[in-house]
Amino acid sequence: MSDKMIEVRNLAKSFGSFEAVKDVSFTVNRGDVFGFLGPNGAGKSTTIRCILSLIAPDKGEIFLFGKSMAGHRAEILKKVGSIIEKPDFYKYLSAERNLEIFARISGVHSSKKEIRAMLDFVGLAGRERDKVSGFSHGMKQRLGIAQTLLHNPDLIILDEPTTGLDPQGIIDIRNLILRLQSEQNKTVLLSSHQLSEIEIIANRMVIINQGRSVIEGEVAQLLNAEELIVNIEVDQPDKALSAITLNFPDVRVHEVDGSRIQIITDKSRIPELTVTLTNQHIGIYAIESKRKLEDYFIKIVSN
Amino acid sequence: MLLKSTRNEFIKIAAKPRSYLGLVAVTILVGVILFALKADGMSFISFVTASFEQTLSFEGNILNGNLVAFIVLQMLVIHIPLLVALVTGDLVSGEAAMGTIRMLATKPISRTQLLLSKFLAGGVYTLLIVVWLGLMAVVVGKLLFGSGDLMVLNSDGLVILQEADINWRYIGGFAVAFLAMLTVSSLSITLSCFSENSIGPIVTTMAIITLFIIIGTLDVSIFDSIRPFLFTTHMAAWRSFFEDPLPKDDIIRSVVILLAHNVVLVLVALYTFNKKDITS
Repeated sequence: MSDKMIEVRNLAKSFGSFEAVKDVSFTVNRGDVFGFLGPNGAGKSTTIRCILSLIAPDKGEIFLFGKSMAGHRAEILKKVGSIIEKPDFYKYLSAERNLEIFARISGVHSSKKEIRAMLDFVGLAGRERDKVSGFSHGMKQRLGIAQTLLHNPDLIILDEPTTGLDPQGIIDIRNLILRLQSEQNKTVLLSSHQLSEIEIIANRMVIINQGRSVIEGEVAQLLNAEELIVNIEVDQPDKALSAITLNFPDVRVHEVDGSRIQIITDKSRIPELTVTLTNQHIGIYAIESKRKLEDYFIKIVSN
Repeated sequence: MLLKSTRNEFIKIAAKPRSYLGLVAVTILVGVILFALKADGMSFISFVTASFEQTLSFEGNILNGNLVAFIVLQMLVIHIPLLVALVTGDLVSGEAAMGTIRMLATKPISRTQLLLSKFLAGGVYTLLIVVWLGLMAVVVGKLLFGSGDLMVLNSDGLVILQEADINWRYIGGFAVAFLAMLTVSSLSITLSCFSENSIGPIVTTMAIITLFIIIGTLDVSIFDSIRPFLFTTHMAAWRSFFEDPLPKDDIIRSVVILLAHNVVLVLVALYTFNKKDITS
């Protein structure tokens, strides 16, 4: 079996004159919790819809489990569970009945016992007979995850699963995803517009912006926890700049803007740098550090 | 997978309150007509038979269950399309509006099978409505008014059909009426593939039927060539079963045209649904 669970190459999709996806490429390997990160409108949902054959791409290639969707659609989708944007259910049916419908169409026969066990797994025990019309957004998200797991898929695709959830709901869904990976060894593609979310859950990620994939790699490596962008606001910027360049030749000065000096340095140098400035009677108003990728991502989002 | 998906469709139809609206409406409408005929049916019949009373004398139970069923059918067959479209027009677009179409289309079932299951379920629902109409009209009609010969007034004059010669005509008539209603079901499901809200396909179906009926009744030569091919022209083909002799060629032509409509509509729907980008 292929170790590449998803391979997207040079994907492009337009809706009329609007180019939703211009050039997206990335690879998800077996066992990854893969973060698909980008600001709203970057083309994440369109890419995911292309992967799941909901929309036809204009250009590019998509392989799931090493196979193209053309000619292998049913075989591939048997091994994929997904939630796109928000899980929608038949509101006039119970949670149990909804899962029965999706299990049947996924080609599996799930007994009532199995369905109830699944509802228990996602924290909906006791609500099986309740109509979905009475469910909160968080409950629907849980039911959505139950729906993705019913046929025991190898690959789970979740498009912004924590959108609209309260803080506790977000934590619950995150924990659920981590359990899927650790207990059931599922491969997860998780789209989000929040770097912090991807940082907590994913081991690999790609950032897309304006329909193009910008950077892909290991989350730890990309976030580079040691090297930081540090903003120091001081009362004597010229004196501070001299002190930094003289005493810390390895520290790169990135930008000077009024009383604010932006430097790039290793995390371990910050205490020493602070002491040096203080010893020279330079008043420090504020000191703030960001990881390079975070800053990069914020720039993408703010643009 | 097709049968599994069709079973799902039955579950969904059975769970929706609007699905029962058709059955309730048929029950009420037939009930009202039966009540009216029971209360004052003879004056209604006299109005029709008055012109023949100079030359013919009528004996026995003219206002019997067979005649009542015929009157009910004639009055209601034209209204059934709305009741059918109310459910079938929602089968695809309703899923798009709810967002569940997204969930269905990511499952290991082809879009062709998914859509065919909706056509099958829509067909069975249509059959249920027609059978219910038949049961209400024929069975309840006979229970309330008794049986007897059927007197039908058509364009060629008065036709009197023997009591023993009627049941098979009702079966044939209902089969053709079902085929006509199936065309309405297919039309609304096809329109449903183009829409992402429930109301659009239902209203459009009724608008098309109204337009075609107007074209069919307008005595303008420009429409002469298309009139025989409109499905609405054949919606009253069930009446041919109550002519003597039976106009077999007319019935076969109607059946072929209605079947052709169904085939074309299903093909259009399959093409559209398979090519459609699901963005809802």
